[in-house]
Amino acid sequence: MSAPVLQTLFPHIDDWAEIGRACVDTLLMLGGSLALTVVIGLPLGVLLYLTGKGQLREMPKLYGVLSLLVNVLRSIPFIILMIVLMPVTYALVGTKLGIRGAIPPLVIGAAPFFARLVETSLREVQQGVIEASQAMGASVWQIVRHVLLPEARGGLIASTTVTAIALVGYTAMGGAIGAGGLGDLAYRYGYLSYQSDYMLVTVVLLVVLVQLLQMLGDRIVSRYNRR
Amino acid sequence: MIRFSDVHKSYRVDGRDIPALQPFDLAIESGEVFGIIGHSGAGKSTLIRLINLLERPSGGRIAIDGVEMTTLDEPALRVQRRRIGMIFQHFNLLASQTVADNVAFPLRLAGERDAGTIRARVDELLARVGLAAHADKYPSQLSGGQKQRVGIARALANRPSILLCDEATSALDPQTTASVLDLLAEINRELKLTIVLITHEMDVVRRVCDRVAVLDAGIIVESGAVADVFLHPQHPTTRRFVNEALPEEAATEQAPFARVPGRILRLSFRGEATWTPTLSRVMRETGVDFNILAGRIDRIKALPYGQLTLAMEGAGVDRALAALRAAGIEIEEIAA
Repeated sequence: MSAPVLQTLFPHIDDWAEIGRACVDTLLMLGGSLALTVVIGLPLGVLLYLTGKGQLREMPKLYGVLSLLVNVLRSIPFIILMIVLMPVTYALVGTKLGIRGAIPPLVIGAAPFFARLVETSLREVQQGVIEASQAMGASVWQIVRHVLLPEARGGLIASTTVTAIALVGYTAMGGAIGAGGLGDLAYRYGYLSYQSDYMLVTVVLLVVLVQLLQMLGDRIVSRYNRR
Repeated sequence: MIRFSDVHKSYRVDGRDIPALQPFDLAIESGEVFGIIGHSGAGKSTLIRLINLLERPSGGRIAIDGVEMTTLDEPALRVQRRRIGMIFQHFNLLASQTVADNVAFPLRLAGERDAGTIRARVDELLARVGLAAHADKYPSQLSGGQKQRVGIARALANRPSILLCDEATSALDPQTTASVLDLLAEINRELKLTIVLITHEMDVVRRVCDRVAVLDAGIIVESGAVADVFLHPQHPTTRRFVNEALPEEAATEQAPFARVPGRILRLSFRGEATWTPTLSRVMRETGVDFNILAGRIDRIKALPYGQLTLAMEGAGVDRALAALRAAGIEIEEIAA
């Protein structure tokens, strides 16, 4: 497409590079927050699973506390969580703005969600397989490492995909209060300045991003699923 | 030797204790195949799980080769469990791992790191269960019988002295059941391994077990050598199991031969007596007339046996019975 055509179709967009930078910002926020979400949410999910009723390390009190914490964090709308967490964010990364400022609330918002999905995926693992491992003299750690995580791999990858897509939504919301990225463009130009061409472009880009994530996730799942 | 002393087990449900196993004593000898038969809910899964402490007893002691299991701490218990293999009704293989990795799993759990040692042991085990060509397949690509063979190879990996079989053939068709039972019998013979199996099929007990215990509602109602229990069941539950295995026997129990003249007798032959023409010789010598009402000749494990229900008439019946007893044939009088 030549420049005049673009100009006719998108009269307000004079700097396509800005859209490119916004894309990169969104991807950076997504990548950084997803990695940390998995690092924090996976162990939390395993802990929820193990301490749950009838499981290998049943601990009703600890499970109750963890479960409540997860539910509380999940029930606060992300945009409010982000505002509430601003002092925490500042203390953690020294700024409330930009990519760095966005990552702590993104992770705190997404990790409990991911942990719940991990717990659910692990519960799908056949109880009999765990019993067989116990009968073979496996320790709890060996069961987690060699039985639960590999057997639940498909579900865990699918959970990661769902979480990544939820994070795309969160980053766009974060854009409204200074995180940058595609959400920021849509909000400032598209909403506040009535430039609907900006809105259209960012929405299309977000849709494409979500589609790509879903396809990638599905492909990895089918590659690893042996059932 | 596995010795249960005054062991009992109850589950706590909604604040109430529901007994699963009433206090019992039981000794399972090293090298024997011991069967526990019962209907579902009789407590047999609980009983077999007490051996490797997948279920903890509510009281009593369980000793394996003198090692008191209930007093072990967790690491010591894990070490003991490696000496006890277990196979399951639904196989319980790792779906995400190949056949070879499933068999290697207990070796790795036990701390074996050397890939060459693991490979050699896995190959040896797969050859024993007849799956050498399937090492790189995934469980989902195997039939039920093949999956159970993988389960057996996995259970044998750490050279256990005991193999626990939890309804190991219940999910298999009759032909596959027979081949898996043959494999278990062969393992028992060649590796001198103690096998404890639970089942709800008398036929499984008859094919492979040396001794059997009959479990009914948490109580061991009868136990002993399979031939004794099978040929002379005492408890009603045992009779029901035996009748399931011998459909023609059921007629004897339910409809006494009321219209048949003479004395109704059940003769049991065991071992060599099955193959000798004792019956015809005695009948000829004593001049007794007889009529065969029901009968069966089969094997209990390796022991041939026959069981005949006869009607006898004539003056020499008592003399005939004495001669038959002298020849080692067991006789029960059903009706005079």
